[in-house]
Formats: sequence, structure tokens, C-alpha cells
Amino acid sequence: MSAHVRTSYAQSEQLFPSKNAAFWYAVLVAALIAAPYVLESYYLSQLVFVLIYAIVGIAMNVLSGQAGQVSIGHAAFMAIGAYSAAVAEKYGLPLPVYLVLAGGFTGLIGYLVGLPALRLHGIYLAIATLAFAFIVEEIVTRWESVTNGNEGLMLGAPSLFGLKLGAQGFYYLCLGVTVVVILAAINILRSPTGRAFLAIRDSETAARSMGIDTARYKTRAFAISAAFTGLAGVLYAHKLSFISPEMFSLSMSIEFVMIIIIGGVLSLRGAVFGAIFMIMVDPILIVVKDKVPQLTLAAMQGIGLSDQLTDAIQAGVVRVAGAPGLKSLIFGLIIILFIIFEPMGLDGRWARVKSYFRQFPLYRPTSARAQRMFLKSERNR
Amino acid sequence: MLDFVQQVIGGIALGCVYGLIALGFVLIYKATEVVNFAQGEIMMLGAFLSFTFIATLGLNYWFGFLLCVVSMAVLGAAMERLVVRPILGYPQFSIVMATIGLGLVIRSLVGIIWGTDDLRIETPFTGGVIQLGGLVLSQDSLSIIVATALLCAVLYAFFRFTKIGIAMQATSQNMLAAYYMGIPVKRMFSLIWSLSAIVACCAGVLLAPITFIHANLGFLGIKAFPAAVLGGFGSIPGALAGGITIGIVESLSGFYLPEGFKDVAAYIVLLAVLLWRPQGLFGSNALKKV
Repeated sequence: MSAHVRTSYAQSEQLFPSKNAAFWYAVLVAALIAAPYVLESYYLSQLVFVLIYAIVGIAMNVLSGQAGQVSIGHAAFMAIGAYSAAVAEKYGLPLPVYLVLAGGFTGLIGYLVGLPALRLHGIYLAIATLAFAFIVEEIVTRWESVTNGNEGLMLGAPSLFGLKLGAQGFYYLCLGVTVVVILAAINILRSPTGRAFLAIRDSETAARSMGIDTARYKTRAFAISAAFTGLAGVLYAHKLSFISPEMFSLSMSIEFVMIIIIGGVLSLRGAVFGAIFMIMVDPILIVVKDKVPQLTLAAMQGIGLSDQLTDAIQAGVVRVAGAPGLKSLIFGLIIILFIIFEPMGLDGRWARVKSYFRQFPLYRPTSARAQRMFLKSERNR
Repeated sequence: MLDFVQQVIGGIALGCVYGLIALGFVLIYKATEVVNFAQGEIMMLGAFLSFTFIATLGLNYWFGFLLCVVSMAVLGAAMERLVVRPILGYPQFSIVMATIGLGLVIRSLVGIIWGTDDLRIETPFTGGVIQLGGLVLSQDSLSIIVATALLCAVLYAFFRFTKIGIAMQATSQNMLAAYYMGIPVKRMFSLIWSLSAIVACCAGVLLAPITFIHANLGFLGIKAFPAAVLGGFGSIPGALAGGITIGIVESLSGFYLPEGFKDVAAYIVLLAVLLWRPQGLFGSNALKKV
């Protein structure tokens, strides 16, 4: 990949890599601000989901991509954020207050979850977060006096400073929170904390030898990530205006991990790409379910297969297209194919396309191949 | 007191199934350092295959069982070849996610092929009970316990005394060094996945008469994680001990504690053990050189 040569330390601390980039980000923000006036309400609603997932993606990126700590239980933090919002709203707290409170509370829980993480690595940590998610799901289901159990909780329309927020207002709220979260993440990552995260990710033993208090930074990574996810949970609860325990299941946690795998773990931009991709799967799937049986029928008639064969194949296609498990089949395939063929994610592809044009005749595909390690054993670390 | 013993024995039978699934994890982890999150789904696939062979095609139970084991061995090797081998050497997390994806694919394919109804097979043990004093033991449960003990003994001996087993251990410690020593590392990987699929298949077929065969059977695999972790993730007797512990804990908490504890008891025990001994009850802990 194209080397980004830094000539001074100040360059490492810049918020944007170049003036050019700052300009384009400004254009993007302007376009997003203008979006409600241009887009239909359906697309605006999808955009809100993209923003919420982007926040979660950033949370996952800070934890897994930057600090190297694995979590497959992030739906639990989402649930904590969402339920704190619902309960706080019931007691009449204003939105800005409980947005901050829910974020802080989820962050605190994240800190507590981070404590056992101090002694765990890799797979043990993944399983511990999984166990945590199951326990939270069960608590939410059983603690009926607060969470109303399986019947779930309704939320009123969000209001800010006495004004009821419509779809448009809520979109701006989500946009604002997303921008704040992204800026916060960038700022954390270029601070000593962020540098410590990278060191821990690359080698925990080496980081400790360099004088990094790994315990403190690992819990901090968990707390930051959980707080961001909690914020996303508040927005998610308001977006759906109804929450119940079965929403925050293992499959949601897997979706969250998919965001960073699809987008690419190494940069925050990847988290946003992944969020866009994940939200696009559902609408595309609906279209596919609708159109594919007709298309295959037309194709088979076009090439002139016998009627019997056509009927048999058609029955199979309809069965697959109508199967309830189709979404998880497609998710599973997406995960596997992305990991095998695009291990750097969409962001890696984007960077490669860019460097292809930048170094046009000289670009070599091998310069961007994912690294493999056959020697390192993660068991004895 | 009789209730207690009855619960404990029920827990041991259930725990043996967890132990068998956990054994599948441990085998793959021991040899390839991959944690296979699709283990539960592979077990489920075995159970569904047994339904096809035994109930649909009407084969003899033992012959159907054998056919099931053989086909799962082939499928296990195929999964390794298609999904795991291309990503060898990537960070562990990528591989974990790939196996989660594999599990999703298997689960939905099973749903599409066999439907979402509960299925059942008849076994030679179905309905049989053994009375022991006041205790009532079903032959289904006993068959699980006996089969698990046998499988574990065989596997333990395999890793301890056969050349292939030792080669697998070498592969697990350092792929590159094993390769230099002339061990066919790639073939080892296919073999170990076959072996693990066979173990999972046995668990599935043994479990089939107790629970129904349905598309959510794979979630038992997630229950088996605490078992594997308790056992230290690298130890065959540990996996079994962990499985039985989890089975007993679950069975007793379902009986004595309020509703809701049964489902999470395993995870609470898991978190407690991880806090107290992060490397599991039977695991060893060594620091890596930088």
C-alpha cells in the first residue's frame, strides 16, 4: 500500500491526514445535513439505522481493531443502553440527560466486564463476553418490575428541550451523536491511550515491558467501547420505539462483529462502510426474494429446459427463497467469503483501489496481501 | 436425597453430551488452534443425517449410525478444506468468525432441507428403563454415559500412543516445526476435523432420542463452551470433566433454584471459574516470549 511518509511528529497528531481529506469530510457532512430535504422518508429511516450501526461499528473497532480485545457479546451493551433509556424516560428525565447517563452507565458496566478481561486472552475472552451477553439477556427477561420481561417496553417520541423530534429531527440527533462519537474515537486513538491500545494489540507482553499498564488500558478500551454502544442503544430504542429482550440476542452480537469484518478492522472508516453494507442487506434480500423465482423461471424457459425439470428446479428455488433461515444463510456466506477473499474488508479494497490509481503503472497486487503467521501460537501468551 | 441423586445422574447424562461436544472443540483446538464455533451445528447435522438414514430410509440403527459417522467424517474434512484451510495463519479472531459463519450456513441449510419440525428416531434403547433401588434410569441416558466413556478412552489412547496422535500434538505446538519434521500438516488438519465431526456426530445421534431433533439443537454447542473452558480447552479428560460439571450444575439449578437460573447457570459458573483460574481448571498457563 502507498506509504504515508510522515516528516514530523505533528503530522501524527493531525485530526485529518491532509487538507484535501478535511475538505471532502466537510462535503460529506454537508451532504448528510442536506439529506432529509432530498431523501424520501424510507431512505432517511435506513440512514438512521446506518448511523446507529456506524456508532456500534466504531465501538467495535476501538475494542477489537485498535485494542485487540475480542467481544462477541456487544448486544448486551446495546441492551443496557436501550433499557436505561426506556427506564429513564419513564421517570421523565430529559433526553440529553439520559443520553449521557445511559452512555456513562453502559461504560461503567463495560469497565466491570473489562476486569475479568484483564486475565483473559483471545478465545477465553470471546467466550467470557458471550457468557456475559447471555446473562444480561436473561436478566432483562426476568427482571420484570423494571424491564417488563418478554412483553417489552414502549418508548415515547424523543423530545429535545421541550420540542418533539420528528423523523427529521431524530435523524439530526443521530447524525450529531455519530459525528461526536467519531471525533471522540479519533481523538482517543491519537492520544497516548490510543497508542497504548495499538501496543497491546500487537503484543501484550511487549507493551508491558515498555511500561504500559495493560490492565488499565484494557479496561479503558472496554469502557469506551461499551459507552459508545450504550449511546447507540439509546438511539436504537428510540428509533424502534419498542424494545424487548429477544432483540438483543447472539445474532445481534454477531451482526456487530460482521460490521467490522466486512468494513475492515484497521480503520474507523471501515466501521462506517461495514454499517452501510449491513443495513443494505435486508432491503436487497427482500428484492431478491421477490424477483429471483421469476428470473430463474424466465431463464429456464429461455434456454428451453423440459417442463418437468423446470418445475422441479423452480420448486427448489421457491423453497430456498422463501425459507425463514435465508437471512442467516446469506450472513454466514458473507462472513466466510469476506474473510477468505477480502480479509482487509471494504476499507482495504478502497485503499487498494486508491493506491492503484495513485501509482498507476507501478501498482502490484502483492503489496497489499494480508499477512499470515504460522509460527505464533496464541495459546502461550 | 433420592431426588438429588436422580438429578445428579440426569445431569451426568446431559453433561456427557456437553462433554462430547466440548471434546470436538478440544480436538480441533489442540491440533490446529482453531476454535470451532460450528461444533454444535455439526452435531445437529449428524442428528439430522441419522434421522434420514434410520427413520426415513428405515436402515438398522447400528448400520445407520455407522453410515452417519462415515458421512460426517467426509463432511468434516470438506469443511476444513473449504473454509478453514484458506484462512490458516490469519488472526484467530478471523478464524473464529469464519466458523461462526459456517455454523449459520449449516443451521439454515438444515432448516431448508429438513424443515423446522421436531423429528424423532427410534433406538434400541428407547423407552427402556433400569430400576436401581428407588432410582429410575432410562437406557437412553445410560447409553450416552457409556458411549462417552468409551470414546474418551479411545481418543485419549489415540493422542497418547499412536504416531498420528503425537504428530497432531506436534502440529498444534508449532506448525512450521512440525512441517520441517516431515509431518503432513495439511493432512493432519483434515484428519482432525474429520475426527471432531465424528465425535460431534456421535453426540448428536446419542442425544436424538432424549431431545427432539430440531434446527435449534445447534445452540447446545454454545452451552458446551463453558464445559470446554472449564476443562482448560486443551485437555481431553478436562473437556469431559467440564461437561459433566456443567451438566450437573444445570440439572441441580433447574431443580432447586427459581426459574431462569437453569439457562444461565453454566455461564455464571464459567465466569466464576475464569475469574478464579483464567486458564481453566485443567489448563496450563505459560507466558509467551516476545
